[in-house]
Amino acid sequence: MDMILEFAWLLIRIVLFTFLPLILLVAYYTYAERRVLGAMQSRIGPNRVGPIGLFQPFADVIKLLLKEIILPANANRFLFFIAPVLAIGPAFAVWAVVPMGEGMVWANLDAGVIYILAVGSIGVYGIILAGWASNSKYALLGAMRAAAQMVSYEIALGFSLVGVLVLAGSLNLSAIVHAQAGGMADWYWLPLLPLFIIFIISGLAETNRAPFDVAEGESEIVAGFHVEYSGATFAVFFLAEYANMILIAALTAIFFFGGWLSPFEGWTFLGDSWLREPSIFWMLGKLAFFMFNFLWFRATFPRYRYDQIMRLGWKVFIPICMVWVLVAAVMVFTGLVVRGA
Amino acid sequence: MKKIFRYFKSMALLELLRGMKLTFSHMFKPKFTIRFPEERTPVSNRFRGVHALRRYPNGEERCIACKLCEAVCPALAITIESELRDDGTRRTTKYEIDLFKCIYCGFCEESCPVDSIVETNFHQYHMENASERIITKEQLLAMGDRMEEQISKDRRKDAAYR
Repeated sequence: MDMILEFAWLLIRIVLFTFLPLILLVAYYTYAERRVLGAMQSRIGPNRVGPIGLFQPFADVIKLLLKEIILPANANRFLFFIAPVLAIGPAFAVWAVVPMGEGMVWANLDAGVIYILAVGSIGVYGIILAGWASNSKYALLGAMRAAAQMVSYEIALGFSLVGVLVLAGSLNLSAIVHAQAGGMADWYWLPLLPLFIIFIISGLAETNRAPFDVAEGESEIVAGFHVEYSGATFAVFFLAEYANMILIAALTAIFFFGGWLSPFEGWTFLGDSWLREPSIFWMLGKLAFFMFNFLWFRATFPRYRYDQIMRLGWKVFIPICMVWVLVAAVMVFTGLVVRGA
Repeated sequence: MKKIFRYFKSMALLELLRGMKLTFSHMFKPKFTIRFPEERTPVSNRFRGVHALRRYPNGEERCIACKLCEAVCPALAITIESELRDDGTRRTTKYEIDLFKCIYCGFCEESCPVDSIVETNFHQYHMENASERIITKEQLLAMGDRMEEQISKDRRKDAAYR
C-alpha cells in the first residue's frame, strides 16, 4: 500500500513539475512562434483571442481536440494510432534526465547522455510508422525523408557531444554542468565552438525544423508524415515536435552554455551578489534564448534542398566533428582545458 | 589560396549571420498590418463598389429608363422594365443588378445621361445566400439615399477630370 501511495505521489509530482509546465511551454511556444515570425515579417501575428492574443494557444488546442479524427481508407488502424504515442512518449521520457537546476532532475543517471541519445532515437519509429500506416504516398515519402534525415543527423549530434564528454569526463548531465563552472569563458561553447554550432544545426535537422523541414515541404509532399492525421492525433505530433525543440534548446544550454550556472560567476568584483549564484533562472533564460533561436532561424533561412541536407550532414559535419574531437583531446592532454573542472 | 580563404569564410557562416541580423532588425520595425474592423485603408473617390440609384434634391428619382446602362453592360448584369407614368414621364418598374454577374467596370455609370446609376465606394458587403445577389430597385434607391452625401462628394472631386 505504501508503495502504491509513494508511486502515485511521484506521478503527481512528475505531472506537476515536468508534464504540465512542458505542455504549457509548448502551447506558448507555438504562440511565440507565430508572434515572432510575424514580427520578423513585418506583420502582427495572432492578437485577437484575449489580450494581445495570449489565449490563442488554448483556442487552438480546443479546436484541435474537438475535430474529427479521420482514419484513411485501408490504413493500418493499430499502427496509425500507436504512431503519435511513439512520437510523444520519447519526447517526454527524455526529460527524466534533464536537470533544470542543482538537483532538479528526476533521474540523476550516470549514463544520462546515452539515455538521451537512445530514447531520442525511438521518436523516429513514430514518424516512420505514421508515414507507413497512413496509406498515402505523401506521408510515406515524408516519413522516409524525415527518418533518413533524423538518422543521419543523429550521428553528427552524437559526435558533437563526444567533444563535450572528452572535456567533461562524464556522461552525467549534472556533472557536465559542474565541469563548466567558472564563468562564461569556461563554458564549453568556447573551446568547442565548431561542435557547438554543429550541435545547434544538427538539432534543427533532428527536429525537422526550418531550414531542414523538407520532411514537410508543403510544395512537394503537402505536410510529410502527418498529412493524414487530424484533430487530437495531429495535436500529439505537434506537441512532440515542439517538446523536442525545447529539449534540444535545453540540451544546448546544458552541454555548451553551462546549464544553470551564472554567466557572471567569474566576475569577482560583483562581490557576493546573487548575479554570481547558479540558479534555475539562468537555465530558463538560456532555454528561452535557444528556443528563440529556433524561431529566428525559421524566419531567416530558406529551405535546404534534400540532397544538400544529406551532403551537409555526412560530408561536412561528421568530418569536422571527428577533427574537433581530436582537438578537444589535445586540449585536455596539453592542459589547456582541465578535464572535469 | 583564394579557394582556401573562401572555404574558411563560408565556414564562419558570416552570410547567415547577416541574414539573421536583417530579420532581427525587422522585429522592431513598424508593422504593415491593418487591424481591419478598427482601421481601414483609404478608399479612392473613383472606387467602384456596390451600385446605387440617385434622386434629384426634390426626391424624384433620376432614372428615366433609357436602358443605356442595360445595353452597355458587358456582363449583362442589369435588367430594366419600364412604363409610362401618369404624368407622362417614363420610369422604371424594375431595375435589378446581379452582383454575381457584375464585373464592376463602371460602364453603366459612364453611360448614364442623368447620373442616376452610380457605383459607390462601399465595398464591405456580403451575401448570406445566393438569392441575395440580385439587388432590386428599392435596395438601389435606398443605397443612393443613404450614401448621397458621399456619392456627390466623390463626383465633385472627380468633376475636373471628366
